[in-house]
Amino acid sequence: MKETQDIATQSENLEQRPIVLQIKDLHKSFGDNHVLNGFNMTLYKGENLVIMGKSGSGKSVMIKCLVGLMEADSGSISVMNKDITTINRTTLDILRADIGFLFQGSALYDSMTVRENLEFPLRRHSEKFDHKTDTNTLVIEALENVGLADAIDLMPSELSGGMKRRVALARTLILQPKIILYDEPTSGLDPITAKEIILLMKEIQTKYNTSALIITHDVDCARFIADRMILLISGVDYAVGTFNELAASKDPKIMAFFKQ
Amino acid sequence: MLSIQSIGNQLNTFFIEIGELSYFAGRYFKEAIKPPFEFKELLRQCYSMGNRSLLLVAITGFIIGLVLTLQTRPTLMEFGAVSWMPSMVGISIVREIGPMITALVCAGRIGSGIGAELGSMRVTEQIDAMEVSGTNPFKYLVVTRVLATTLMIPLLVIVGDAIALYGSFLVENLKGNVSFTLYFNQVFDSLEFGDILPATVKSFFFGFAIGIVGCFKGYYCKKGTAGVGKAANSAVVFTSLLLFIIDFIAVFVTDIFYEL
Repeated sequence: MKETQDIATQSENLEQRPIVLQIKDLHKSFGDNHVLNGFNMTLYKGENLVIMGKSGSGKSVMIKCLVGLMEADSGSISVMNKDITTINRTTLDILRADIGFLFQGSALYDSMTVRENLEFPLRRHSEKFDHKTDTNTLVIEALENVGLADAIDLMPSELSGGMKRRVALARTLILQPKIILYDEPTSGLDPITAKEIILLMKEIQTKYNTSALIITHDVDCARFIADRMILLISGVDYAVGTFNELAASKDPKIMAFFKQ
Repeated sequence: MLSIQSIGNQLNTFFIEIGELSYFAGRYFKEAIKPPFEFKELLRQCYSMGNRSLLLVAITGFIIGLVLTLQTRPTLMEFGAVSWMPSMVGISIVREIGPMITALVCAGRIGSGIGAELGSMRVTEQIDAMEVSGTNPFKYLVVTRVLATTLMIPLLVIVGDAIALYGSFLVENLKGNVSFTLYFNQVFDSLEFGDILPATVKSFFFGFAIGIVGCFKGYYCKKGTAGVGKAANSAVVFTSLLLFIIDFIAVFVTDIFYEL
C-alpha cells in the first residue's frame, strides 16, 4: 500500500516538472519496414526515463531521430521547446550542446588521445563557458567525475571496454548537457562493470540534475535507474509506467520483458 | 537474355554511383568554401599523406626510371639513337608515366587508407558522435582529406619524376658513361612548358579523384567489418578506373591544344 502511494506521489511530482523533451506521433519507415508507427513520449526535468524494447523495435532509430542523425517521416520532436524537425542546422548544432549522447560502442575517436577526445566537443561550443575557463581544467574535471583522470594521455586502444564507456561518458559530460541520451549504456560489459556504469549514471544525475533517456535491454539497469519506463513494441509506446507497475502487469507482451 | 539483364543492372548501379559521387563532390565544393576552416586538420592530413607515401613513391619512381632505360636502351642502340635516351625518358616520365604511376600507387596507399579509416569511423559511430557534438563531420573529415590529396599528389608526382629521372641517369651513367650535367641538360632541353603544365594540372585532378572517391566510399560505408573492407577495396578499384578516364580526357584535351 505504502509503495503504491509512493509511486503515485512520484508520478504526480514528475508531471509538475517542466517538460524537457517530447515526442508526438513519430513515424519512421525504411521502405516497407515501418519501424516507428506513432511513438509518443515525454521526459520531465530531472527524470530518468528508460525505454525498453526488443532488438529491431526501433529504439536506436528513435534516439537518432531525437538528435537529428535521422530524419523522421512525420511527427514532432520537441527538445527544450524547440521542434528539431523544423529548425535549421545552425540552431540544431547550438541545441546539441545541451544534449549529451552516450553511444552504444562508446564511439571514441580512435586517432585521438583521451584528452583530445574530450577537447573535441569544446571546439564548437566554447561560447558555453566563460572565456577565462581553461580547457585543461574542464577535461580534468570531466575525467575526475568518471574516475579516470590518470588515463588522460592514453589512446582509446589502450583502454578496456568499461574505461572506454567512462571516457565516453566524460566526453558527454564536458559540455554540461541538460539532457543525456544513453544508447545501451551497459551492453557488452561484464556485470560488475555494468553496475559501476549504472552507479555512475545515477551519481551524475544527482550531481548535475540532468534528465536522462536510457535505452536498454538490461532489466537490472532499468530497475535501479528508472523513474518511469516505456515499453516500445511494434513501433508504439505500448506501455508506460514505473518499473514496479510494469513488472506487475499481467499482459503477456509486457511480462516477456521481465521474465529474464 | 539473363546476361543482358545482368549487364544492364550493373550499368544501372554504376551510373547511380556516378550520380551519388557527383552529388558528394558538389557538397565538397559547397562545404570547402564555407567557414569555419579546419586548417590544423588539413596540415595534419597533408603531413600524414606525404609522409606515408613518400618512400613508396620514391622507390616506385626509381625502379620505373631504371627499368624504362634498361628496356629502351637496346632498341635505341639498334637505331643508333641512344643519345636520344634522356629526351625520350624525360618526356615520357614527365608527361605520362610519372603522374600516372604515382597516382596509382597513391590510390592504393592513400585512397584505400581513407576508405578504410572513414568506413571504420562510420561503423563505430564516430562520425555520428562528431555530428552530435556539433562539429560538421563532412567538413572535418572529407574536406580536409580531399584538399590534402589534391595538394599533395602533385608534390609527390614531382618527387617521383625527379627520382625516376635519377634512376634513368644511373643506368646511362653506368652503361654509357654519361655525366649528370649532360644527362639532365638533355632532359630539360627536350622538355617544354607544354609538357610540364598539362602533367601538373592532371596531377591535381588525380589527387582530387583519389581523395573524393576514398572519402565517398568510406563515408557511406555499409555496416559491419565486411563493409569497411569493401569500402577500402572499392575505393582503390573505382579510383584506378577514374584515373585512367581522367588521363584519357587530359591527353585528349592537351592534344587539341597542341594541334591549335
